[in-house]
Amino acid sequence: MSMINYASREINCKIVYYGPGLGGKTTNLEHVYQKVAPSTRGKLISLATESERTLFFDFLPVDLGTIRGFKTRFHLYTVPGQVYYNASRKLILKGVDGIVFVADSQVDRMEANLESMQNLYDNMSEYGYDLTRMPFVIQYNKRDLPNAATLAELQTSLNPGWEITEPSRQRHTPDVYHAGTYLVEQVATGEWVERATYFEAVAVTGEGVFDTLKAVSKLVLKALS
Amino acid sequence: MHFGATSWSLSEADNAAIGHVLQRFLFDSNARCALVVDRSGQLVTTSGDRPPFDVTAFATLAAADFSANDQLARLIGERDFNTLFHQGEKESMLLADVARRVILVVLFDNRTTLGMVRLKMRGTVEELTRLFERMFTTAAARPVGQAPALLADVDDEIDRLFQ
Ligand SMILES: Nc1nc2c(ncn2[C@@H]2O[C@H](COP(=O)(O)OP(=O)(O)OP(=O)(O)O)[C@@H](O)[C@H]2O)c(=O)[nH]1
Ligand SMILES: [Mg+2]
Repeated sequence: MSMINYASREINCKIVYYGPGLGGKTTNLEHVYQKVAPSTRGKLISLATESERTLFFDFLPVDLGTIRGFKTRFHLYTVPGQVYYNASRKLILKGVDGIVFVADSQVDRMEANLESMQNLYDNMSEYGYDLTRMPFVIQYNKRDLPNAATLAELQTSLNPGWEITEPSRQRHTPDVYHAGTYLVEQVATGEWVERATYFEAVAVTGEGVFDTLKAVSKLVLKALS
Repeated sequence: MHFGATSWSLSEADNAAIGHVLQRFLFDSNARCALVVDRSGQLVTTSGDRPPFDVTAFATLAAADFSANDQLARLIGERDFNTLFHQGEKESMLLADVARRVILVVLFDNRTTLGMVRLKMRGTVEELTRLFERMFTTAAARPVGQAPALLADVDDEIDRLFQ
């Protein structure tokens, strides 16, 4: 739930990193924490188990600059990916403005990715939020590993697109991050589909981490305007 | 119709009205400081002694604490726990639900008592509930995505943020 505070002149938005256990959500936040100027970020709070698995959430506030004299402040959260933490995962989604789905590219994690994606849809709809109409970005992480699935395989299973029925939205919309591809397009069967934009990443080295964050923050600010 | 969480805004007038209620409460109860946090973990405002800690982190943890307890309440068959109390050696805190949208967090020390804070908090919660309900009704009346003119035509400014 974004909040525009005219008294403190701040716009606050909440972004949640979702995805299967060990996919690299916490690593994304750690990288952002290390790379942004200390003056533009707050504390990184991690409620984790002794073995560094996220138990409740990680939290990092970052200021991205000002728009019309308002500080744009993003609250980044990660959820615990492990299946049995669903109750806490769902709590963190409350009031979310934008979602980053961090998928684990490894072939043997495909099942876990799919299960987590389904769980995201389910939890969102229990709050009455429609994931397909919200700022939503997919990150294919761990691209450095030898057993990573191909991009095409990942796109097919995790980002097949959802159908668009409103005529007003049925127009080819290019994906500005991937020249020559479309986020909204008419497929061979004649139906119009929309996909989420995606990024390839290696969160341990930081590759793709900021591209992902920028894209989702932009979508969030645009949704507000 | 909205697709995700609704956005809301806090005007300077609303902020002043909340501040006013909080100041009176702090004066009456002798508590040290009060914070209003929204359920998604954002700090709305603080009043009283300037908290000597990271308030952003505090707001997030308070909201998480409150929602976790909400779920615990449901598991044991209660609708919710509308207040929560954490007692420390010197500092204690009391949290209360306001209009199911925000949480009032009060910090106090041995200059007052839990009984006194609780007593004074009741009326304060009622006043805040009225204020917030009115604010959220106004927010709901606004067409979606229409964050007041502030964010109109800011595409290029948004792009500039990321250079
Ligand atoms: N090789 C490789 N390892 C990665 C990458 N990103 C993260 N890791 C490693 O994967 C492990 C899990 O990363 P986390 O960031 O803790 O995963 P998480 O998604 O937060 O996991 P949960 O908290 O259980 O949901 C850590 O050992 C990371 O160092 C990557 O891009 N490549
Ligand atoms: Mg984690």
